[in-house]
Amino acid sequence: MGPYGFYVWSCFALTAIVLVICEWRARIRHRHVYRDIEVRVKALGDTE
Amino acid sequence: MWKFVHKLASPPHFYHIAANLISWFAMPGLLLIGYGTYAGLFVAPPDYQQGDAFRIIYVHVPAAYLSMMAYMAMAISAGIGLIWRIKLAHAVAAAVAPLGAWFTFLALATGSIWGRPMWGTWWEWGDPRLTSELVLLFLYFGYMALRNAIDSTSKADRASAVLALVGAVNVPIIHFSVEWWSSLHQGPTLVRQGGPAMDTAMLYPLLAMILGFTFIFGALLLRRVRAEVLYRERRKRWVRDLILSGKGKR
Repeated sequence: MGPYGFYVWSCFALTAIVLVICEWRARIRHRHVYRDIEVRVKALGDTE
Repeated sequence: MWKFVHKLASPPHFYHIAANLISWFAMPGLLLIGYGTYAGLFVAPPDYQQGDAFRIIYVHVPAAYLSMMAYMAMAISAGIGLIWRIKLAHAVAAAVAPLGAWFTFLALATGSIWGRPMWGTWWEWGDPRLTSELVLLFLYFGYMALRNAIDSTSKADRASAVLALVGAVNVPIIHFSVEWWSSLHQGPTLVRQGGPAMDTAMLYPLLAMILGFTFIFGALLLRRVRAEVLYRERRKRWVRDLILSGKGKR
């Protein structure tokens, strides 16, 4: 890569980090929503 | 056809179908990105003017393309939700926004890193494409802030849909800015009269990266829309049954 190695590798590394963050945040969001509903449904089930 | 569209727009049906579709988008996406990265970094020859710095194109162009496509997808979904009152369309629009913002950030950051060795500066306010792409990032932020500021989901859907539709005018401005005004950016390389102005050894990895990023974006979007659908339908019977059955966790 010569003198441009830092710039090129930085861009590819940043892209990998952003893609991992996007995937991680999407999973976390789904898990949180699912858990919140699970807690509510189970609480309702206990009171019934 | 309409029957299929109506069935797909039904939240429970979409929730189950999307779970199966995610891997069908992710796998080809990862394969294409793997090929594009290898060929772009190690097979494609250096550019005669920019040397190896041109290889940033393999992440910058797909990110920039998706930042605009995502906004169009958001605006169209929001418009469909506003006009035909399809709940799933609003869920799609809400799910696209954070992804679009991330890809816009990526396009701006990689463009800035590319600009330093090529233009001698990280940022140039006078460049219309840089500025309009930054406006796109603020539009995403504005859309998400507006949604979060309104408690009622239906009111948030309507208000944010109007903002998404108005902001769509910025997308053609970004695309044509290099033709309308003088810019540090080069003119169109891929979509132009006479075909792409690139050697095939450079072009094929780029096309693979663009397609790969699109597939990955699709997989990420499906995952986010599923979460959005689950949240919006949290008081519905089908969600209760889903939770009690222990399915739909992944």
